Amino acid sequence: MLLLDILISGLVLGGMYALISMGLTLQYGVARIMNLAYGEFLVGAAFLAFWLYSTIGISPLAGLILAVPLAFLANWAIYRWLLTPLVRRAKSRGQLEVDSILATFGLLFIVQGIALVLFGGQYYSYGYLSVPVSILGTTLALNRVIAFIFAGLIGVGLYLALTRTRTGTAIRAIAVNPTAASLVAIDVRTASAFAFALGGAMVAAGGVLVSMFLTFNASMGVVFTMKALIVVIVGGVGNVLGALVVGLALGVIETGVTRLVDPGLTLAVTYALFMIVLLVRPQGLFGSAVR
Amino acid sequence: MLRKSLSRLALAAAVSALAGPAARVTTLPNYQLWVKDVNAAGGITVGGKKLQIEVVEYDDRSNSEEAVKAIERLGTQDKVDIILPPWGTGLNLAVGPTFNRLGYPHLAVTAATDRAPEMAKRWPNSFWFLGPSKAGAVALSEVLGKLKSENKIGAKVAMISVADAFGIELATAARAAFKSAGLEIALDKTYPIGTQDMQALLKDAMASGADAVVAFSYPPDTIAITDAARVLSYNPKVYYTAVGTAFPVFKGKFGAAAEGVMGVGGWNVDSPALQAYFKRHTEVIGREPDRWASPVTYVSLQMLQQAIERVGKIDNAAIIKELQTGTFDTIMGKIKLADNIMPIVWWVGQWQNGEFVGLAPTSYEGAKAPLFPKPAWKQ
Repeated sequence: MLLLDILISGLVLGGMYALISMGLTLQYGVARIMNLAYGEFLVGAAFLAFWLYSTIGISPLAGLILAVPLAFLANWAIYRWLLTPLVRRAKSRGQLEVDSILATFGLLFIVQGIALVLFGGQYYSYGYLSVPVSILGTTLALNRVIAFIFAGLIGVGLYLALTRTRTGTAIRAIAVNPTAASLVAIDVRTASAFAFALGGAMVAAGGVLVSMFLTFNASMGVVFTMKALIVVIVGGVGNVLGALVVGLALGVIETGVTRLVDPGLTLAVTYALFMIVLLVRPQGLFGSAVR
Repeated sequence: MLRKSLSRLALAAAVSALAGPAARVTTLPNYQLWVKDVNAAGGITVGGKKLQIEVVEYDDRSNSEEAVKAIERLGTQDKVDIILPPWGTGLNLAVGPTFNRLGYPHLAVTAATDRAPEMAKRWPNSFWFLGPSKAGAVALSEVLGKLKSENKIGAKVAMISVADAFGIELATAARAAFKSAGLEIALDKTYPIGTQDMQALLKDAMASGADAVVAFSYPPDTIAITDAARVLSYNPKVYYTAVGTAFPVFKGKFGAAAEGVMGVGGWNVDSPALQAYFKRHTEVIGREPDRWASPVTYVSLQMLQQAIERVGKIDNAAIIKELQTGTFDTIMGKIKLADNIMPIVWWVGQWQNGEFVGLAPTSYEGAKAPLFPKPAWKQ
């Protein structure tokens, strides 16, 4: 059945969008760092997965065990040494946003440059679990289904962690109002660093998983940053569940437009929705009105 | 003024989001290989003296403004003898006026555009090596039309194309060329650049009932479409994807499953000179060349060297004249440009036994018969 086919393929595509967006919503929404180098970190993780797989035969799924903690530490270090001075200096949220955009814009070129030196500029693609599975009559690639499952697990897991635990509540408090959070004895700096590092760990997970089916090269990061940014802003900055739901919805909408209307219009529809949300609900579908 | 070292070259590298990477697939490796080959042989002979090539290299980051600035700088500040152009159709069109004003020969190799004849007329110092993309559609319709006239495939063709410069040009030309070859386009869909899920499009192609599927695609899409076709076990009798099919990454990823896939490019696999070139490229650069613009890039450099040697001094006006009128000995045989345009451009190739053999234009020396029907995807 066509509609069911669209729904299932769309959800799987959307799972990938959600997967690459949830890290950004943590970094931008909680740590208040608009990380322009986000996509570069994703591509970096993809390269790591490729390297592990092609040289020592470690599967990308096993590679997650290495990539995720590594990215957590690297992002923690970046926040501590590179971004903390900006946070300290910033008089307002707006200023921190501008400063962090400039700083991470530079970071983008550093990460990209390193990838170019190590891997050159050519395309990379390897096949892992590119085998068909049938779900309710729809044929899908197993690797994409796995990415979808991970997106769901990470999204729901993070949502529960943020709403049901003490640390999670502290993180949400910072997302709402960092000044007030510090008044109730929340260590804003540590918690922000934690959120940024967690976001970095998630983007690494995303990079490893999408490398199983996407073709990538050292200069492709911006494609992922753009997509993630749309999902994060529509979903509500800092809202993990919002990113999950919007990512999935975007996948279904794009697939629906491709099958029912015209594939050439997918981008137009995506950006039209983006604009409508910005006009009608600038805080995002799941965002709170007060920032 | 003649320098002690002769050609100082501008190697324009690339890192932009969509255009860049191929500079490192095709253009730069061949520049490096050529410089190495020439210098190892003692250099370029100018006026009885052998001169080594010295390279000045700027990274244009696949940004046309950067490329124009770099070429300006090479010409006016570094005062190099020869400038090698950047990678890509867009960039070569962008730097055309600068090359023309500075008076350097402009070897626009990795530039496939229908505007090539017009540009060659406007800038007589520019040379176009991948020809007009219209020729690509004609060559493809030649292959498909023949299969249809032999009643091996039906008239229906499913066509998918990327909504970007080269994809649009090819698709536009194909609509007319397929029609005149007696083919009927059963599905004609475009997708935006950067589309990450190709299954939906392929399902439409499957439903169209066409025997031949043609995708005017860019490298990441070429791989994504092929991946999706394999997952869906969709095995049309003729399967064609455009840019990237001839790249080493395609062979590396799909291996034996690439068998029977057609795409842009190809080469005369029987030519010993080309075989030697492929071997040397692999040894020197550390990876295989792509099977489309790589040998052509090398040919353009061989022609440049011979033109300089015949003129006997660095006189760009005379070198340009020699390139326009001379006949050159290259790895692709004797080449004489026709109105500044390369006469041999392989437009359809096919993976056969691990090699991307040239199929069309069928009149070329070394053109092979297509492997038909495309064998089932190997998993």
